[in-house]
Amino acid sequence: MRWWQNKKRDADLERELRSDLELEEEEQREGGVSEVEARYAALRAFGNPTLIREQTLAVWSLNWLESPARDLRFSLRTLCRTPGFSIIAILVMALGIGANVALFTVVRGVLLKPLPFDDPDHLVMLYEAGLHEDDTAGSNPVAGGMYAEWKNQNRSYSRLALAKSIRVGLSASGGQLPEKLNSALFSWDMLRTLGVQPALGRDFTQADDSPGANATVLLSWGLWKRRFGSDPAILNQTINLDANPYTVIGVMPAWFDFPDPSTQLWTPVYHDEREDEMTSFSNHMFRVVGRLKPGVSVSQGVADLSIISQRTHNAHLNDPFIYQSAGSRPLLEHIVGEIKKPLYVLLEATCCLLLIACLNVANLLVARAAARRKELAIRTALGGGWLRLIGERLMECLLLSASGGALGVLLAFAALHWLMQTRHDMSRVESIHFDGVVAAFTVAVIVLCALFSGLIAAFSTSDRRILGALHETSRSVSGGGARPTLRKVLLTLEVGLTVILLIGAGLLLKSYERLRSADMGCLTQGVITMHLGIPDARYPTPAQRANFYDTLLDRVRALPGVDAAGFATVVPGQGYQMDWTFSIVEHPPLPQGSGQFALSRWADPKYFHAMGIPILRGRTFDSGKRLDSANEVVISQSFASQYFPGEDPLDKHLRVRGKNAVIVGIVGDTRYTIGETPKPVQYYPLGAGVETVGTLLIRSSRGLEQFALPVQRIVSEMDPDLPVSDVLTMNQLLGQTTLDQSFNAALLAAFATLSLALAAVGLFGVMSYIAAQRTTEIGIRVALGAKREQVMRKMLLDGIRPAAIGLVVGLAASLEAGRLMRDLLYEIKPLDPAVYIAVAATLLAVAAFACIVPAWRASRVDPMQALRAE
Amino acid sequence: MSSMTKQAQQRVGILQGTLDMLILRTLLYGPAHGHQIGKHIQRTTNEFLQMQHGSLYPALHRLEQRGWVSAKWETAPERNREFKYYRLTPKGRKQLVAEESQWKQMAEAVARVLWPPAEES
Repeated sequence: MRWWQNKKRDADLERELRSDLELEEEEQREGGVSEVEARYAALRAFGNPTLIREQTLAVWSLNWLESPARDLRFSLRTLCRTPGFSIIAILVMALGIGANVALFTVVRGVLLKPLPFDDPDHLVMLYEAGLHEDDTAGSNPVAGGMYAEWKNQNRSYSRLALAKSIRVGLSASGGQLPEKLNSALFSWDMLRTLGVQPALGRDFTQADDSPGANATVLLSWGLWKRRFGSDPAILNQTINLDANPYTVIGVMPAWFDFPDPSTQLWTPVYHDEREDEMTSFSNHMFRVVGRLKPGVSVSQGVADLSIISQRTHNAHLNDPFIYQSAGSRPLLEHIVGEIKKPLYVLLEATCCLLLIACLNVANLLVARAAARRKELAIRTALGGGWLRLIGERLMECLLLSASGGALGVLLAFAALHWLMQTRHDMSRVESIHFDGVVAAFTVAVIVLCALFSGLIAAFSTSDRRILGALHETSRSVSGGGARPTLRKVLLTLEVGLTVILLIGAGLLLKSYERLRSADMGCLTQGVITMHLGIPDARYPTPAQRANFYDTLLDRVRALPGVDAAGFATVVPGQGYQMDWTFSIVEHPPLPQGSGQFALSRWADPKYFHAMGIPILRGRTFDSGKRLDSANEVVISQSFASQYFPGEDPLDKHLRVRGKNAVIVGIVGDTRYTIGETPKPVQYYPLGAGVETVGTLLIRSSRGLEQFALPVQRIVSEMDPDLPVSDVLTMNQLLGQTTLDQSFNAALLAAFATLSLALAAVGLFGVMSYIAAQRTTEIGIRVALGAKREQVMRKMLLDGIRPAAIGLVVGLAASLEAGRLMRDLLYEIKPLDPAVYIAVAATLLAVAAFACIVPAWRASRVDPMQALRAE
Repeated sequence: MSSMTKQAQQRVGILQGTLDMLILRTLLYGPAHGHQIGKHIQRTTNEFLQMQHGSLYPALHRLEQRGWVSAKWETAPERNREFKYYRLTPKGRKQLVAEESQWKQMAEAVARVLWPPAEES
């Protein structure tokens, strides 16, 4: 029945019972008993009317629902009576639950959700492998020629498709500035392989994907909305990419972001890429996606392709750069591979944090239960069921963790919002959503927390020595011994977990610090870089390109405040990008099947000076030698030591792509990306007019950002269609490449600090409680002549002992945790002693600090007052 | 109920689950209020069955909740006062038949075990 009818039913029942009781009384009277006697007789025959009433009402009430409701009311009242405790507990829970929910949402969105493609389980990313003995499990890009062989000969894949990320310049149009966009080349069947349709317009056809076809392009939803105002009339219109006209044939759905989140355009690869690149076996630069035929396993597919690779390799034994086998990974793993490990480490960290939060709340509850010991004993003595009391305790915890959870979800929302804002570069970041599974996870976490902390607290009071509790008068000299022990155990656990988090954070922070302080081999301060590319179509001849660079650099150097300026295709920190094979003219030919390659860069003569790369021997390029006569090369130090051991490389010749270049100088080593050791580099003169895309850099001792606009103006005066993009100081550029590391380190450090604070609060609480309980004892000791220093030392030791045990436990557990994190560390060992010592010292200091106030207070106890207080 | 064992060895508590049936059967004679029902069961069994009001009222309300009886406040003819009268519903009547036959089968089965027919032993 409905609860609101209870009142009416109660009145009705009372009337019924009264009338029947009166009847009984009347009957007794009629039997000849006196009036008073009759009432008692009637009551005797009838039984306890109140009890009957309650039992009868219980028939109607939904008992299983109402008794928790009663518990809830009671718990609410108890919690409201101690707002301080409740607020602290709720906040602690909110932090723990919030961090977990946020991170789980990320993990679910990024790692656990299947890719939004058709039947994604059969999609694999394919690699070439087996060039060297050791690279069998790499993720090498595939050469265009090998792709063609695989596609023609394989029997395991229903489709094989090709992709390559590039950058193109979208020309100015309709009053909008030119801009540089991330774009991808797709083979015509890529979308069919993935099982995706354009949201608007049509997919590429095989006819579009050939050198002679009309140029076609697919737009991303975002670009269509931003640049073309979501106008469906864009279909079949022409836009200019790198000064070439392309017909827009379709718009992709908003969620589609393959191969990476920043891709804004797709064009057909066989149309856009040079033909020799598409047939080369040794120029590895494509990503290949395959869809396995039903019933074909991943390893069967790989074996099939490996046979084709081996055959191709054997047919071209004179080319040393043809791989001999293939490798594959599920597409999802390829996409999220890099962030998987850090995410799981962070998730483990938040689990630790949650556990600490639960332990802390349990600790607070145990303290409260100790304070309420007498109340509970009296209730037990009056017949309060054990289960009822536990139920009440659990309800209290459920209330705490549910309110904490509600607050935590808000925190999680805020955190996710912030994450989406700051980390839009993370793969699959757009698939992070708060969905049903996350909601279920949240509820489960809330219930688990309530059970965990509630049961610990409930069992701490479950001892049935009611009489003992009641006997324990206020004249007890020392508080009951059991509860402080339990609290100390909880504290030890808490400290142990905190140590694990601290060590993890310490390792990541130190690794990040190492990473940022790694010597790049060039200036990292006071240099600003800008990305620039001139379209082939508008600058078809080397002379035009070389002239463009000359004019640009002259004008930039003339800007006030510019100390030096230079231009290079790739600057340190921008990645591997490009390597070329070479041979040394003065050396005997290499045996068949072996070859040499090194990173290749093009730079103007003053680049080394502007970038602060030292010229160790020889000189830089001769600026008078341009175009075909530009036949010089500068090599890096590691190039010299690796390929010219024990001889002077100067004036020797490198043969590259059929041309000889003389080595005129040796420069210092640089790192192509921040976490890697320096690799050999060969620098060729920009004045040859070969390259069209690169980075302009300006060195200045003044504010760097002020150069962005003047340079933009210079460029647009030279060519209004030319976009300048990625205006970054060197510091920002390197910061971007270490974003992951700094992000992980910062998050883990935040978690560790939080848990340290929680542990300190827990320690302080326990110590204050123990000190308060032992006031009388301390009073007697002091009265009997104990020195205050002795009292204080004893109290301090008492508090530090659980912390010290926790520290040892935590350090031991960290050995394992550190091993888990090994892949995330740069140049430090998981067992870095400095980190371990620092963590131990910090923890002990914090523990001592948390204990010192209660201990000091205890040592100040006035014996007279302590004894009189009772 | 524990006090009962001391004061009257002769009396036994009502077998679990049979109280509902006894109440329904009592109401077959016509509507009655709680006191009458209790008294009737006690009287018909020659005070053998101990009627506890503590179980009678919850049972009555349980039957009402299940729709086997209906309740209404009516004036008692001889007392000139209102009592809550319970009345058997058609659903209750059906239930009574079902329970009666079940009980009969049960009783026969138990009897056959306890006092086996002579020719078989």
